Amino acid sequence: MKRKEILRKYEAKPDNLLYILHDIQDASPYNYVTEEDMEEIADFLGLPYSKVYGTATFYSMISQKPRGKHVIRLCDSPPCHLMGSESILDILKEELGIDVGQTTPDMLFTLEITSCLGVCGVAPAMMIDEEVFGNLTPKKLRKIIKDYREGNV
Amino acid sequence: MSLITKYVLISIDEDTLIAGARKVESELNRILAEQGLSSEIMVVETGTMGIMGKGVVMLIQPDDVTYVNVTPEDVREIVSEHLLKGRPVKRLQFTGKVDQSVISFRETAQELKKQNRVVLANSGLIDPESIDEYIAVNGYEALGKALTAHKPEEIIDMVKTSGLRGRGGAGFPTGLKWSFTAPLKNTPKYIVCNADEGEPGTFKDRLIMEGDPHKLIEGMAIAAYAIGAEKGFIYIRGEYALSISRTQKAIEDARAYGLLGKNIFGTSFSFDLEIKKGAGAYVCGEETALINSLEGGRGNPRVKPPFPGVKGLWQQPTVVNNVETLSNIPSIILNGPEWFKSIGTEKSTGTKVYTILGHVNNPGLIEVEMGTTLRDIIYKYAGGVKGGKFKCALVGGAAGAFLNEEMLDVRMDYDHLGEYKAVLGSGAILVMNEESCIVDMLRNILFFFKHESCGKCSPCRIGTAQLYSLADKIYSGKGSDEDLEQMLTLSEAMSTTALCALGQSPYLVIHTAVRFFQDEIEEHIRRKVCMKDICRMNGAERR
Ligand SMILES: Cc1cc2nc3c(=O)[nH]c(=O)nc-3n(C[C@H](O)[C@H](O)[C@H](O)COP(=O)(O)O)c2cc1C
Ligand code: SF4
Ligand code: FES
Ligand code: FES
Repeated sequence: MKRKEILRKYEAKPDNLLYILHDIQDASPYNYVTEEDMEEIADFLGLPYSKVYGTATFYSMISQKPRGKHVIRLCDSPPCHLMGSESILDILKEELGIDVGQTTPDMLFTLEITSCLGVCGVAPAMMIDEEVFGNLTPKKLRKIIKDYREGNV
Repeated sequence: MSLITKYVLISIDEDTLIAGARKVESELNRILAEQGLSSEIMVVETGTMGIMGKGVVMLIQPDDVTYVNVTPEDVREIVSEHLLKGRPVKRLQFTGKVDQSVISFRETAQELKKQNRVVLANSGLIDPESIDEYIAVNGYEALGKALTAHKPEEIIDMVKTSGLRGRGGAGFPTGLKWSFTAPLKNTPKYIVCNADEGEPGTFKDRLIMEGDPHKLIEGMAIAAYAIGAEKGFIYIRGEYALSISRTQKAIEDARAYGLLGKNIFGTSFSFDLEIKKGAGAYVCGEETALINSLEGGRGNPRVKPPFPGVKGLWQQPTVVNNVETLSNIPSIILNGPEWFKSIGTEKSTGTKVYTILGHVNNPGLIEVEMGTTLRDIIYKYAGGVKGGKFKCALVGGAAGAFLNEEMLDVRMDYDHLGEYKAVLGSGAILVMNEESCIVDMLRNILFFFKHESCGKCSPCRIGTAQLYSLADKIYSGKGSDEDLEQMLTLSEAMSTTALCALGQSPYLVIHTAVRFFQDEIEEHIRRKVCMKDICRMNGAERR
């Protein structure tokens, strides 16, 4: 299985925990880590399950719930908020038909709110997977969603 | 090479990449090749030029013409009009309203006040992916000088004399911090660079790493020599893909040149560096939380003392410094502490890098002398307030303070900011015009703290949730005078009982909001109206 291959790349040192979690999540079609994943990581690193679970749940980039193919992370920290992230959020919810923390029924998108992404010069901003989008306007946002829906990315 | 007549510098950073800088660059190269100009006109990728939110930015040298919002369709016109006929394309030219807009400031700074740029001296002018270009501008000379001509104690004395204070938030004197760790015999020791940069509105460290990664590496190597460390880590937040790849390349190039590794400059000093990626938690920027995260666990802060300088990474002595702090070191060693002291004010020496955002005409990055007033930063460098009169600025990010009009002429440095000095560090300045609402912003900031509280200590875990719900009541038109009173007393209690500065921070932002905008807040409470029509009273949708 994929999980075994990923683990084999690493030395069994506790400081690799976060990297392994990242890698396993990236390999998952639903962008998350399962309980079995965490159990096997714990065995591999010789750590208690609670330590692995504690770490996985601490960081916002690691999910324990299945997520869509694309994870949309809209920034709502003060600079983006001031520049209108709230109305961008309204449009995102309307376009996707879901609330924050939910996934569309076709498993294409998950909508999340994130803290500052460090690209506030182009606020309001969001990330879809690894890609950053800035200076968002309603029109631009609708086009981006359309492109992802049609697979033009 | 001697044939080159013009240089086109294209800024490649996260902001211009989003705007399609790569497409513009490849179109430019294609047209230059098509017209047989490739040997005369050189295209150079540089780091940020400090202009933000204006699309793809390019600078033509030696003509000193800056273009913004360049699209692939514009490239042919730039080539045929400007590069061939020498007639700048006015339509795309950058015209910061004020003559000292960010870019012209940089250009004039070259002649008039060369010392004004320390940390960003090379950013936008050299190719950050070329170690040779860094070496050509005296790069790694400071490291050579430190290793061959000075003892570690002398380096620490120089940094102490320079007056450099930490640029990560707390403003602790850097030389003093090093002097606690240097004499310890407990090896190995570590130097850790804090590049987690999660303070909302702050992205200076990202642009420093993208624009001049070798300066940081050189600064870390000198710091390591001074404290007796042989290993260093740079903890970069996971979202900063370009910073990570550029810094990684810089480390590899430095290794290949023998500037990292064993017996650097033929001395007995060995040092190597590794990058570690964060995973999205603001609190991991707190130095002891960062150390826990480096060790692979949850990023909860530790109880201090012991301080990391004594017991840090894997319980070994560890110095944690910010990116900007470390990037100041090479210039201090090269030009001497007296030179550094001549910049800024008596007690706050050197420069400060700010990110200036929100309702200003030219949002972006600037480096100015310590002690520059908020008014100058906003009106001279950022082109003034956009969309209305100045209302206030949130200085220092969420952990900062609101400063209103009365504060515009306060000099921004550790002494003059007095009770607000904590806010200087991160360097984020968020300008709000009079159309914005203080209650809406306060609620948003308190949501941030609630979201980012790590939950280790109860004053903060419970307090941040409580503060948010109180602010939300006021925002929804359900607040009472007692709610506001409770926000003040609760945050004050948290400022003395929370374990780390995260839980201590809401105090300042709440108190400055109330101090300067009490009437506006009370209007929300007593009259249940938001005059700016921003707050969603009674759950009603806005507008
Ligand atoms: C919640 C929290 C977040 C912090 N985030 C950062 C950060 O992103 N970058 C940083 O350099 N310092 C940050 N700090 C400050 C660090 O704890 C530490 O003071 C700093 O890295 C020391 O470096 P300096 O002396 O060079 O400023 C943060 C502190 C707290 C409490
Ligand atoms: S103050 Fe907040 S962030 Fe800091 S340790 Fe306590 S709970 Fe965690
Ligand atoms: S506040 Fe949204 S990216 Fe910084
Ligand atoms: S106070 Fe003006 S909008 Fe709420």
